[in-house]
Amino acid sequence: MTQPILELNDICYSYHSLKGETDALSHISFQVKKGEFLAIVGPSGCGKSTLLSIIFGLIAPESGEVHFPRDARNEEDEHSQLKNYPRIGYMLQHDHLLEWRTIYKNVILGLEINHQVTPEKTARAMELLKDYGLYKFKDKKPGELSGGMKQRAALIRTLILDPEILLLDEPFSALDYQTRLSVSSDICSIIRSAKKTAILVTHDLSEAISLADRILVLSKRPATIKCDIPIHLTVTGTSPLASRNAPEYQGYFNQLWKEISDESHMPTPPDD
Amino acid sequence: MKAICQLHRMTNCPLSKQEIFERSHRRHHRIVSFIRLLILILFLSVWEFSAQMGYIDSFFFSSPSQVALCFAGMIKDGTFFINTGITLLETIASFLLVFVIGMLFATLLWYSDKCAEILEPYLVILNSLPKSALAPLFIVWLGTGINTIIVAGISVAIFGSIINLYTGFRQIDEEKIKLIYTLGGRKKTAFLKVVLPGSIPIILSNMKVNIGLALVGVIIGEFLAARRGLGYLIIYGSQVFKWWAGMIEMSIRIYPYNPSAFPFSIPIISFSLAIPSNNVHILPPPFV
Repeated sequence: MTQPILELNDICYSYHSLKGETDALSHISFQVKKGEFLAIVGPSGCGKSTLLSIIFGLIAPESGEVHFPRDARNEEDEHSQLKNYPRIGYMLQHDHLLEWRTIYKNVILGLEINHQVTPEKTARAMELLKDYGLYKFKDKKPGELSGGMKQRAALIRTLILDPEILLLDEPFSALDYQTRLSVSSDICSIIRSAKKTAILVTHDLSEAISLADRILVLSKRPATIKCDIPIHLTVTGTSPLASRNAPEYQGYFNQLWKEISDESHMPTPPDD
Repeated sequence: MKAICQLHRMTNCPLSKQEIFERSHRRHHRIVSFIRLLILILFLSVWEFSAQMGYIDSFFFSSPSQVALCFAGMIKDGTFFINTGITLLETIASFLLVFVIGMLFATLLWYSDKCAEILEPYLVILNSLPKSALAPLFIVWLGTGINTIIVAGISVAIFGSIINLYTGFRQIDEEKIKLIYTLGGRKKTAFLKVVLPGSIPIILSNMKVNIGLALVGVIIGEFLAARRGLGYLIIYGSQVFKWWAGMIEMSIRIYPYNPSAFPFSIPIISFSLAIPSNNVHILPPPFV
């Protein structure tokens, strides 16, 4: 049994404005094991992104704590802003590549910020650019690339910092369907081959089933954990089509759909 | 390109679409420049003609030929260059100070939301003060030297500059700033890596406006406190004919908003500068 790398204990969070208080998260507790790919789904606006911000440490929970059981402080992290250890990479919904920098300069932005621009790291950046077919675009500005390429560049920007936990905040939602399938399977295979731990927030159920080892369903606001579904697909490989064709896929889909639509009062989908 | 066109004509083969586009593009620019020049020439000829024929009183309105003569005189004895040079120096000094102070304050306001909220009404009020009315106060505080003139130049541009730069900094996408935090940066990193480079277009356009405003401010200062400089020449002349002083300011103001208009404002500035002395036939003596 692998050890948990991340533990959330009884996290509560609410937004305050002059109009009043809005409870966003209510008593959220779960663990993530090392190397696990966890997907979090839930009705829109239920506080999924807030949860990632809390895990990363951008915002502090009102009560409860985020705990990293493995006490592995890396020397090089001493100077960085990351209060939480181990290192966490956070991928946002949009690529947010800086349009005045070239792709290469964008990719090494995180290294610059953390004062890690070393020959080994830049060589690694070049290697990653080659792996994802961006090498010949490395001196181009982001405006000249397609959405999928930009999202790959954003992924390299996150990976080059060598995070142990990856937080993915709907990173594929801005892409068109075809690009989304290929980029998501790319990212999934990268994460699996590098044995990274990942937490993916998404509203796409099929994406969650095909990528994740385990799915957490959140209720509508204030969000609580509605159910925790482990996913076992009897397919090999990480191709998005393969996993979508797995015999268990439809069962999981219907189960998730039922849980989600209970929450948001959506009509049940017609049976195939 | 010309050679290619000739080749095309000689071989009688049609031009490619790109060549046709380039041709019409160049033609458009030629026509625009030509008509601009034509308007200037037309204006000058009507003016000269009316003065020669006695339709307008050349004592009050002067004429291009008289202006040109006087201008030549001012160039010959160096008055024009000395005064222009002094005004230019003062303008550059005010402009640089406005840039540095403006950037410092805008950065401070960006760093501290509370600070920005507290200072905002003051900035708006200070920006809407009639700065030319402040110039006499500067004389009382700082005397009649170059300092007063530079401060007058700064006063015209600085508050608007701070407000513009701060607004520009605030327009940077919050998500990009969040990105910097997700990569392990702090607020300072976000400023240096995202806000500052992302605001370069706004900073540049702000500088363009500021150089013009600094010039206006410096000339206002010179109106009141100088013994040399364009403002001094204008005020000297405007004691005789105020209309031309207004004309100069207009043409100076044009520049920052539309640099391409500048070549056309130069003759207007020069002519209007030269007019009073042209008629009175004395150059302004320095105050003693």
